[in-house]
Amino acid sequence: MTASAAAEGAPQRVEAGTSEWRLVLGRLRRKRLAMISLVIISVIYGAGILAPLLAPYPPTQTNLDRPVEGPSRDHLLGTDRLGRDELSRAMYSSRTTLIVTTAVVLSGGLVIGNTLGLLAGYRGGWVDTLIMRVGDVFSSLPSLVMLILINATLGPRVIGWTRWVEGHTPFDGLVASGFPSYMLVFSALSLFFWAGTARVIRSQVLQLRERDYIMAAESLGASPRRVILQHLLPNVSFLIILSLSATLGSIAGSEIVLTWFGVGVQPPAASFGAMLFEGSGTRTFQASPHLLLVPGVIVTLLLFAFALLGDALNDAIRGR
Amino acid sequence: MGAYVVRRLLWLPVVLFLVSFGTFTLARFGPGDPVSVTAGQVRDPKVLEQIRQDRGLDSNVVVQYVRWLEKAVQGDFGESYLQKGFSVSELIFPRMWISAQLGLIALVIVFAVGIPMGLLAARFAGSWIDPAIIGTLLFLQAIPVLVIIPPLIWLFGIQFDWLPVGGWDGVLDIWWVGGVIAIPIPDPHLYIPLVAFTLPGFVSVARLVRVSALEVNLEDFVRTARAKGLSEATVQFRHVLPNSLLPLITVVGFALAGVIEGALFVETLLGINGIGRFTFEAVVSRDYDVILATTVIFAAAFVLMNLLAEIAYGFVDPRVRIGSSRG
Repeated sequence: MTASAAAEGAPQRVEAGTSEWRLVLGRLRRKRLAMISLVIISVIYGAGILAPLLAPYPPTQTNLDRPVEGPSRDHLLGTDRLGRDELSRAMYSSRTTLIVTTAVVLSGGLVIGNTLGLLAGYRGGWVDTLIMRVGDVFSSLPSLVMLILINATLGPRVIGWTRWVEGHTPFDGLVASGFPSYMLVFSALSLFFWAGTARVIRSQVLQLRERDYIMAAESLGASPRRVILQHLLPNVSFLIILSLSATLGSIAGSEIVLTWFGVGVQPPAASFGAMLFEGSGTRTFQASPHLLLVPGVIVTLLLFAFALLGDALNDAIRGR
Repeated sequence: MGAYVVRRLLWLPVVLFLVSFGTFTLARFGPGDPVSVTAGQVRDPKVLEQIRQDRGLDSNVVVQYVRWLEKAVQGDFGESYLQKGFSVSELIFPRMWISAQLGLIALVIVFAVGIPMGLLAARFAGSWIDPAIIGTLLFLQAIPVLVIIPPLIWLFGIQFDWLPVGGWDGVLDIWWVGGVIAIPIPDPHLYIPLVAFTLPGFVSVARLVRVSALEVNLEDFVRTARAKGLSEATVQFRHVLPNSLLPLITVVGFALAGVIEGALFVETLLGINGIGRFTFEAVVSRDYDVILATTVIFAAAFVLMNLLAEIAYGFVDPRVRIGSSRG
């Protein structure tokens, strides 16, 4: 936190990329809160990855004899209105969160945001203006309202197209697997989550562009492609990690909210949004609080862990 | 500075054009075309055709858009597809007023709590109090509004029966003491929505104030103030506090964004007849002209607020030369 600590970190900047990584990871490892949040995230994501192995019941298996039961030996976290096991639903919901966050971070953040940020910063001129203005438009929009609108209007179309694909190709069961709604949620989110990353990367590249080693590479005749990939990219990788980790929480949150509104991941695919929706009536909460509390506590823990981790990473990268 | 403001203002219509055109095409692209929404249960092809012509829905999207735009710039956003006979403006503005009142009060509370929390955290930087404050506020931010509202309603509305479980009844209520003395108090309908609105907001304000107070503490003028022999209290309140509040102006825009998006859930869950709930219902029932109008108004508010924040920042802090800070 102090200036001296920051100064200690500063000279290390000159060293090669790998050692800087180790430095940051070392700092991160000393932060207890960061480690705790990593454990929370790993547990929730791990449950998502291993859901098919660990879940005690199939996520869509209904049991109308035992709906809305509290926790018991058979159903550790109770059952929902259709008698589906809440624990299994929650594990498959983590899987949905995992899929959506990973896909959006990879496409929206890593590919689109990163590429456009590097291009804008390095090329400058009209390329820069165009990219940043488009980014401005996206970040000046009420993203949630737009996301709901996009999903509500395009959702049925996308399902229609997928049906067509199923009918004309050997691919079957795409609609039933929830694939189109995953695709739509993830494309719509990517559309709104690249601009932040692009802006951060660009401003860093603007500074790096003036460095001697970039000039050296250019005067040796390196192509723009080579300069960007070989010289700039490794030096902004920190920022990429940082800005991506900062968006993870809001990506996860957005998917949950969209599904809560009924325009996100479609049933029968499991999502925390759908689980929360089922438990969110006041009467429902009074009669069977577990319907809200099970997904509510998990989601809160996950978002809290993302926030803490983002903070800690921020500190670690700045040399604290 | 002047040229910069003009440049940004010129940018506003461009954003609004892109937003409205995008929303317009999306809306026409959606399922359940506007004609069948308007017709409701009627399926007579003649009636449908009549509606199509009356609403100008028989021409292509661009023509329709231009026609819409022509009216929209004059403040006429058309007629609601669902609530026939009502113009969109008639439906939107009273609801916007409700949301604006709620949002403004929420903003004031967010700053009123967030600023002292941030200063406190900065004051105790290095001890356990600092991370405890920020951690607690981060946790409050992490609880989704969707999760916190039902327990709040259940606890205060049903279990204790202190507060109404939803709805809207103006900002002020009168509290009669002994049936004689009237004391104006905030309306009880406000409490639950305000808690839900403000909890996620504290941390961003507090964190910003904290960082900025820590930086200001290292500035030369603060050292000079201390060197002059001013008491620590005077240094903190006269010199550090005003300067560390400056960056807050830039988050007003963000805070507004949070309030608008929060309105979608808070109003929907608590049955408050504001713009958030209205937008949600319009999206669900595909009342396209309402959706268009609210999206455009939201976007305009966003862009304007951010611009105002930047301009205000330039005025309050002459060290910021906005014109040159843009690469």
